[in-house]
Amino acid sequence: MVEHRPWNDIIAYAILTLGVFIVAFPVYVAMIASTHDAATVVGGRMPLSPGGHALENYYRAIFVGGSRTAPEPVGQLLLNSFISAIGIAVGKICISILSAYAVVYFRFPFRKTAFWIIFVTLMLPVEVRIYPTYKVVADLRMLDTYAGLILPLIASATGTLLFRQFFMTVPDELLEASRIDGAGPFRFFKDTLLPLSITTISALFVIQFIYGWNQYLWPLLITTQDSMQTIVTGIKKMLVTTDELAEWQLAMATAVLAMLPPVAVVIFMQRLFVRGLVETEK
Amino acid sequence: MANVVLRDVRKTYTGGFEAIKGIDFEVGDGQFCVLVGPSGCGKSTLLRMVAGLETITSGDIDIGGRIVNQIEPADRDIAMVFQNYALYPHMTVYNNMAYGLRNRRMPEPEIDTRVQEAARILELSTMLDRKPRQLSGGQRQRVAMGRAIVRQPKVFLFDEPLSNLDAKLRIAMRVEIRKLQRRLNTTSIYVTHDQLEAMTLADILVVMNSGRVEQIGNPLDIYQKPATTFVASFIGAPPMNLMPLRADEIRSQFAGDSRAAGESGILGIRPEDFVISAETIAGGIALDLTVEAIERVGAETFVYGTRQHEIQGVAANPGELPPGEVIVRIPGAVAPAIGERIKAVAPRENLHLFSADGRQRIEL
Repeated sequence: MVEHRPWNDIIAYAILTLGVFIVAFPVYVAMIASTHDAATVVGGRMPLSPGGHALENYYRAIFVGGSRTAPEPVGQLLLNSFISAIGIAVGKICISILSAYAVVYFRFPFRKTAFWIIFVTLMLPVEVRIYPTYKVVADLRMLDTYAGLILPLIASATGTLLFRQFFMTVPDELLEASRIDGAGPFRFFKDTLLPLSITTISALFVIQFIYGWNQYLWPLLITTQDSMQTIVTGIKKMLVTTDELAEWQLAMATAVLAMLPPVAVVIFMQRLFVRGLVETEK
Repeated sequence: MANVVLRDVRKTYTGGFEAIKGIDFEVGDGQFCVLVGPSGCGKSTLLRMVAGLETITSGDIDIGGRIVNQIEPADRDIAMVFQNYALYPHMTVYNNMAYGLRNRRMPEPEIDTRVQEAARILELSTMLDRKPRQLSGGQRQRVAMGRAIVRQPKVFLFDEPLSNLDAKLRIAMRVEIRKLQRRLNTTSIYVTHDQLEAMTLADILVVMNSGRVEQIGNPLDIYQKPATTFVASFIGAPPMNLMPLRADEIRSQFAGDSRAAGESGILGIRPEDFVISAETIAGGIALDLTVEAIERVGAETFVYGTRQHEIQGVAANPGELPPGEVIVRIPGAVAPAIGERIKAVAPRENLHLFSADGRQRIEL
């Protein structure tokens, strides 16, 4: 933009501020609601300033659990979510970096075909293949297990694609220099490719951690025990009540707790994340 | 220490493209061999075949009395310096040099001795803890050299190692490389497209063109007696002037010389072999030129002239030649004006004659 009119700036700031407000206000309300007692929240007139029940609400949410509808304390749910999100992120990084390494650096029959088969899985997220996947997981007796929560979400092509694109930018001479330096395929991978991929790995970690953390449909389907729920499904269950008022203040406390780990991951890995997507260091 | 022998080496890519069409030569122990040629002539491919990075379709490559066709690059006892250096970006200078030795399970004190020694030779001692991106182009180049030196290999392979450097540094590094090679006395094969690098570095010069060897020999011999018009125009800058001659022109120009008689051919004269003079030289050649352009370099000046449709053999009748441009080198900065008519003469012993297809030199 060449023009510099004050009105343009004012309008732009107004629109952006409005956008931030639209996104941030519900979050703010959730945080406020988690600090009041049940009566205030249900009362219909939602205060916009913090109340005095924060400690009590969070303590109950994490360690005690709500009333009959959501008997499991959130602490366990957080742990479940954490394990499955980490499992999905780490598992996905492992299989995608290895498959990309195979596809880029090894010449084997049907290499292109293998790549395209991997590529096609992009069009088949869990939601699309949910029935067959459920059947497989059930047959393998993985319902209500961490393996069942993690494994089906690991298999997809996004990571492979990301690593493939990165590997293709690594100069061939590095591989050749390694060969002359006496490094075999494993050494080249461990000593050269892996250290160079650190930023890409962290970018993928952030994406996959949040993807795993936010999973709703799949955990809802395959977990029947309350102790195996993830926090995202747990929130929902707190609100489904019969003949009883939902404990909104606890649900809101849980929602705020559910937001924290992804926010933390983004904050701590933001620099690496951006570098991984933008910059290539060679 | 080893010699390198290539016997009828060929490379055909899947798809039928023949990159290397049968090459034989030998590099003696401790010699510096330069492969030179235009881009796409197969010189890099050939070097990579010696390194083991490309497979050999047929023929043998022999390093130190051992045929290495099927041997992995790491086991050929060679070290290679790449054009873009190919340093490991995440390793320090020290680790870049030590990596190959560690992979060979050399004891750490021995590695340290070798790396420190190489760093001292290459003046890298103060930079061992830096990463490659913190180094200048010339320093990276030296690290790449260091990585080759610490291995103490039988053969050094250089793949256009200087082409990423600026002109001044290139000349400095060229001298460095030559001194280093003399000092270590390691057999070396060096690929370049720069004929000046080739001339100054080589003990043996191999001029390549489209997958074949055009000429092998001592650089000065090649300069003085190019075997083909390709070599004649590739070695030497500016290139040799080449003028087609008809049979009758050859007869008149080279009367009495039986080897040159009969057929049409190509006459070659180096720009530096001309003298601008009103006097003709007996047995030599004289060209009437109109000056078209002047390039002053300082110590010398290049005069671009067009020929006036005739070549004046002094000994015999002048014949007609198709018009063409001729480059004349004169020492100093005093040059004729543009548009001026000049006479450029060259003595008989500085003339080169080639067969009409340019593939064969005719000795005069």
